[in-house]
Amino acid sequence: MCETCGCGDPRMVPVDVQDRILSVNDRQAAHNREHFAAHGVLAINLMGSPGSGKTAVLEATARAFAGRFRVAAIAGDLETERDADRLRAAGIPAHAITTGSACHLDAEMVHRALHHDSLHDATLLFVENVGNLVCPAVYDLGQAFNVVALSVTEGEDKPLKYPVMFRKADLVLVTKTDLLPYLDVRIAELEHALARVMPRLAVFQVSARSGSGMERWFAWLEGQVAALGPPAPAQAPHPHSHR
Amino acid sequence: MHEYSLMLALMERVEEEAASRHAVAVHRVRVRIGELSGVEPSLLESAFSIVRERTICEKAVIEITRVPAQWECSRCQTSLKAGDLLQCAACGAPARLVRGDEILLEQLELEVP
Repeated sequence: MCETCGCGDPRMVPVDVQDRILSVNDRQAAHNREHFAAHGVLAINLMGSPGSGKTAVLEATARAFAGRFRVAAIAGDLETERDADRLRAAGIPAHAITTGSACHLDAEMVHRALHHDSLHDATLLFVENVGNLVCPAVYDLGQAFNVVALSVTEGEDKPLKYPVMFRKADLVLVTKTDLLPYLDVRIAELEHALARVMPRLAVFQVSARSGSGMERWFAWLEGQVAALGPPAPAQAPHPHSHR
Repeated sequence: MHEYSLMLALMERVEEEAASRHAVAVHRVRVRIGELSGVEPSLLESAFSIVRERTICEKAVIEITRVPAQWECSRCQTSLKAGDLLQCAACGAPARLVRGDEILLEQLELEVP
């Protein structure tokens, strides 16, 4: 019976749902997460504006870890394989997801990409999201950590303007710090802005070009890989194989 | 602009619910959107007006409740004010978001035969 307007029409039925609108994506993300755990993969969702230096950070990371542990990447962009090409040139398997006009990756796109042979056996899997400080923050991909690249050229107030993205960040990489001498941006102000949107402040200043600060990032990654522990068997029988 | 893909997910959920109850029409869709959810209610409304055409929601209205962000200390539960550092002034522990990140389908009003 209609309780909304009080008209008492018996054909009108209110139904309580109380369900996350993205529950389908959440389930897919949980599936991806279980998968990463079962195969001992550390999955990192790397987000940031277009041009914030995500690919450059990954190129440097790929080179630094060459021969130490297996790194692979999924690179999301609206068009082209350019980022995946750059990452392959840096020595790691990379698969491009071209989204057409979609502004973010979702858990299903990542899941489909996981079926590509080139990504098997990775210990450290980077998902380089579509360059965008808004939409990618809304979709869980099954990652262990969200890392956000924020270049010094973007200005110190970006965290306050895009609080949703930075609230979701487990770590912020302030990139392109080699450009600081040419800019008016103040790092202390930037960190102050981050502390207003990010409850557990974690910020590394890096320059992929000069290498400055990159050791700290590599050490953080190594620490997270070490903390992974042995692969956990998948909870439920699995209708498909990823290996 | 991800509100359109969010709306497609919402419509799928609504149609599923309506079908399971043999509804002939959906009259109202109530959703809750948190201030820090990354979803813009006005864009969600325009996506709804496009997506509902020729569906069971054709005549439905969407009601969006916007939920303000509310932070408190994760240790001593002291409330934080908007714009504060997200670290408790009293005990130094990181803040915890109590509400304000929800993207929720709350309620439907269905017409059943």
